Amino acid sequence: MRILSLAGRRLAASIPTLFLILIGVFLLLQFAPGDTVDAMMAQMGGGDAATARELRHFYGLDLSIPVQLGNYLWRLVRLDLGFSSIYGKPVATVILERLPPTLLLMTSALSFAFFFGIVFGVIAARGFNRWPDTLISTLGLIFYATPSFWFGLMTIVIFSIYLQWLPPGGFEDIGTVQTGIWRIIDIARHLILPSLTLGLIFLAIYLRIMRASMLEVLNLDYVRTARAKGLDETGLVIRHVLRNALLPMVTLIGLQAGTMLGGSVVVESVFSLPGLGRLAYESVVQRDLNTLLGIVFVSALLVIAVNFAVDLIYARLDPRITVES
Amino acid sequence: MEAIKRYFRSPAAVIGLILLLIVIAMAISASFLYPHDPLSLAGRPLLWPLTNPRFPLGTDNSGRDIAAQIFYGARISLLIGGVATAIAILTGIVVGAFAGFYGGWVDNVLMRITEAFQTLPNFLLLLVLVAVFGSTLTTVTFAVGIVSWPAPARLTRAEFLSLRNREFVQAGRTLGMKDLQLIVGEILPNALPPVIVYASVVMAVAILLESALAFLHLSDPNVASWGNLIGLGRDVLRVQWYVSAIPGVAILVTVLAVSLVGQGLNDALNPRLKRR
Amino acid sequence: MSEAATATLSIEGLSVRLPAGADRTRALRDVTLSVAPNELLCIVGESGSGKSMMANAIMRLLPNEVTIDGGRMVFAGRDLAAAGEAEMRSLRGSDIAMIFQEPMTALNPLRTIGDQIAEVFSIHTELSRTEIASKVLALLADVHISDPKAAARAYPHELSGGQRQRAMIAMALALDPKLLIADEPTTALDVTTQAQILKLIRDLQQRRKTSVMFITHDFGVVAEIANRVVVMQHGAIVEQGPAATVLNNPQAAYTKQLIASVPPLTAPPPRRLSQEDILTISGLSKTYRTGGILGRGARTTKAVDNVSLKLPKGATLGIVGESGSGKSTLARCLVRLIAPDEGSIMLLGKDFVKMPRAQGRQETRHIQMVFQDPFASLNPRRKAVDLVAQGPIIHGKPRATAIAEAKELFALVGLDPSAADRFPHEFSGGQRQRIGLARALALRPAVLVADEPVSALDVSVQAQVLKLLADLRERLGLSVVFITHDLRVAAQICDLVAVMKDGAIVEHGLAGEVFANPQHAYTQALLASVPGGAFARQHASEAL
Repeated sequence: MRILSLAGRRLAASIPTLFLILIGVFLLLQFAPGDTVDAMMAQMGGGDAATARELRHFYGLDLSIPVQLGNYLWRLVRLDLGFSSIYGKPVATVILERLPPTLLLMTSALSFAFFFGIVFGVIAARGFNRWPDTLISTLGLIFYATPSFWFGLMTIVIFSIYLQWLPPGGFEDIGTVQTGIWRIIDIARHLILPSLTLGLIFLAIYLRIMRASMLEVLNLDYVRTARAKGLDETGLVIRHVLRNALLPMVTLIGLQAGTMLGGSVVVESVFSLPGLGRLAYESVVQRDLNTLLGIVFVSALLVIAVNFAVDLIYARLDPRITVES
Repeated sequence: MEAIKRYFRSPAAVIGLILLLIVIAMAISASFLYPHDPLSLAGRPLLWPLTNPRFPLGTDNSGRDIAAQIFYGARISLLIGGVATAIAILTGIVVGAFAGFYGGWVDNVLMRITEAFQTLPNFLLLLVLVAVFGSTLTTVTFAVGIVSWPAPARLTRAEFLSLRNREFVQAGRTLGMKDLQLIVGEILPNALPPVIVYASVVMAVAILLESALAFLHLSDPNVASWGNLIGLGRDVLRVQWYVSAIPGVAILVTVLAVSLVGQGLNDALNPRLKRR
Repeated sequence: MSEAATATLSIEGLSVRLPAGADRTRALRDVTLSVAPNELLCIVGESGSGKSMMANAIMRLLPNEVTIDGGRMVFAGRDLAAAGEAEMRSLRGSDIAMIFQEPMTALNPLRTIGDQIAEVFSIHTELSRTEIASKVLALLADVHISDPKAAARAYPHELSGGQRQRAMIAMALALDPKLLIADEPTTALDVTTQAQILKLIRDLQQRRKTSVMFITHDFGVVAEIANRVVVMQHGAIVEQGPAATVLNNPQAAYTKQLIASVPPLTAPPPRRLSQEDILTISGLSKTYRTGGILGRGARTTKAVDNVSLKLPKGATLGIVGESGSGKSTLARCLVRLIAPDEGSIMLLGKDFVKMPRAQGRQETRHIQMVFQDPFASLNPRRKAVDLVAQGPIIHGKPRATAIAEAKELFALVGLDPSAADRFPHEFSGGQRQRIGLARALALRPAVLVADEPVSALDVSVQAQVLKLLADLRERLGLSVVFITHDLRVAAQICDLVAVMKDGAIVEHGLAGEVFANPQHAYTQALLASVPGGAFARQHASEAL
């Protein structure tokens, strides 16, 4: 209960942040050289000024900016994200269609990065200043410096073009219709390279943090106490070090949630995945500002939701977190 | 100085410095070695590397010299990386210093704004900024800088929060120092080292962000940048994959160099006793 | 020797080498001592004496680069210096146990107390969970922890410092070890708690007939509990023998110096005090409110509760209290680092509480502060002379004059003026406190507030700095407010004493009277808790 109230308070504190983001981005978009109607008219192949005026009136784009903002926020509260002029559907529908691939991609990338980050971080810390540490740390540095889109392209060259083990893109095979377990396997095959690509940079970060965290905890006083009790190294790591060293890692998930969403824009473009990231890119290119705003809203919600979950987990792990802190 | 000697004791840091100097040399020498516009037609398209001595790295889809673009691209990456980092660090220090020193409502307001920037995925914000303000070199540089300031701000704030209650700062107060004197004269010199080291991380990320934008054809198309080239190479990935591969290696080497130098600086300025 | 043959632990010629680049080559040089069964041996030394290093060496828990390069440690028939790691692990916690100085960081914050004590059993025995659980409760009761059941379920941060130390003792004695090593276990505790823990350790030692090796820097502790004493300096033994012998008849010069550095509890003869009051504190209060949403469930703490004191001109007022008594908050209110909620501070006819900020910055020159931590109180990036000259420069003095006067102050506080261009890290702790003193005196204040100025220093250095303060007090006619938790220090230097508890003054008066005739129960408890109090009184009366 204490945990819930604590995380709940942090959640409530994010609501003003959410509004700040929305208002900020909305006002920013007002500076854009063309608006939705211009884009629509370009798609329609041109039109005269009268049509433009009518369309603007229809979409409420001729009202003053504060009024437009108020309208927009009011609609948002009712979860009405407006209409996408490019796709001809409500923005909410478009986003909901594109959400699952992104969520799947993020989850698998995160799991991959987190799990292997912990494993390699622990190995590096245990072999501190010997060859396992140097090797793992060097690899970590190289992974961190690798541009994700380039890495994605290179994996396509190696695994799809030369070895032909995995598909070069897309979410599932369009040719054949799969059901049940076969569909899952098919989707999984399509997601291997994208997850690896997206997870690579986070693997590097988690591995570095886990290693640093382990080294720091190994130098703390209570580890010395545990050694003085006669505990062996493995027992020490499992019973005293791991849980304490994991705390910064859990916080990191929350902090990196936004970066991961951003990274999915590039990865989805490289692998032609029909996800939220690529939708964002398309709406920028095609000037569908409504959809862009909707994606901003959903992304912020996602990040806040992830942080909420992280707060819950952290409070569960660390009994020192009290209502005041 | 002691710190410089310590820096050179680490092989990784020295390697990083050498690599960085090579990249800088490439940037400086670009107009000497390749006096013509790198984006102009130079030879037959899609020549493989090492087949023609005039084009050691081959040519791209439009017949432009890849090696020239790599050299000129170094300028763009270093320029955008450097300027964007400077913008981000300066903004971050100012925001973080005031938030950390004054606390209270100043801190609250500044932290809400910082949080807003951090909740929104920074690449998305970059997309929005590019959509609104366009894709010239200047706008992209500023956009990358604007997207990167929250992390240095948080770092500076954390340093100020821990330093403002230190006894030497309290001593300064009892001596009659004014707030600005305390911030700039007493706390800032002690808070800066970790932030300056963090600048290397910011620069690494800035270079990666800009090249990702260029890859998506959202950066300035009129300059020879590595990201642009990778984006071009995507069309011929099946056979002439080198068009994408080579500039990627250039990015990797540069970001690696910046990271290694940053780590070396960190270890040199904060020597930790390496205990078991 | 029969003594060595029956000893629990016999150390012969032990040497411990430090890695290259350390300030000395050896942490321990040819150390020979033994701990007999059913004996409490005290190892006394200042920082750098090697006493903690020896404790770590016995347990073979030395840092990687530090190695044993000579000697034997014979325990139960085997040489610990040569034993393998597996053998050491079986001994640690069951035959040899250790307790540490900082109870807060010595326990895993994420696991309950009961869990951590139970771990000792699960490592070394095959007992079932229920058997272990009941043994844990019995242990906690043995160390007199209030409500053992609740304590076993609690996390370390939920207990007080004293309770955590009791838990650590329970953990160490779980398997009835033959040797208990205690590395400064009471140094980080309050005076009253310290007295309780000392008594607990001595009682347990006598009851269970354990051999105890008690490491400390305080000769008062030696007087309180030791059977035998070993005095160490710079990694070598200076003197050892039965406690009574060493205390009353020290042979080595260093031992004599250490014993002399322990401030006696009797106040020196009272000086004549001025009739005029330079500083008057009336009804000062500061309350902190924490937690609570919308005013519900908030906790209020009265850090300073209606404090009224007077400081006569040229006198030294001591404010004595344990941690949490509010003395530091009071000190900071005096120099305007904290704004009190109520009350007034009258200095030179002006009320410092009500002053506006700009005026306050000007007037603060009349009341200056010396801080506790010699490492944190000096800006590491400024030269020593700049630190001292800063104050006068801010208040308008030309730079050249300020620097010249700063160098004079250096000489005044006993430092070499030519060293003025060095940075703080090039000075020792005691020297840094002198720099802090010079800085405070640079503005020629009317009142000096000293916030625990010697607590972080070694005993011998402490005595020097106190002497310096007394000197300066005479020469410059300073009025001083002296904050401390150590009654012995207060007895040395204060004319008047005020005892603080929970934010309020419980007793105050002339130092001599308060120490000889304490009225309030808390003052009496404080005086009784000073380790080695009985010895000190006897020692002082013999000296007279």
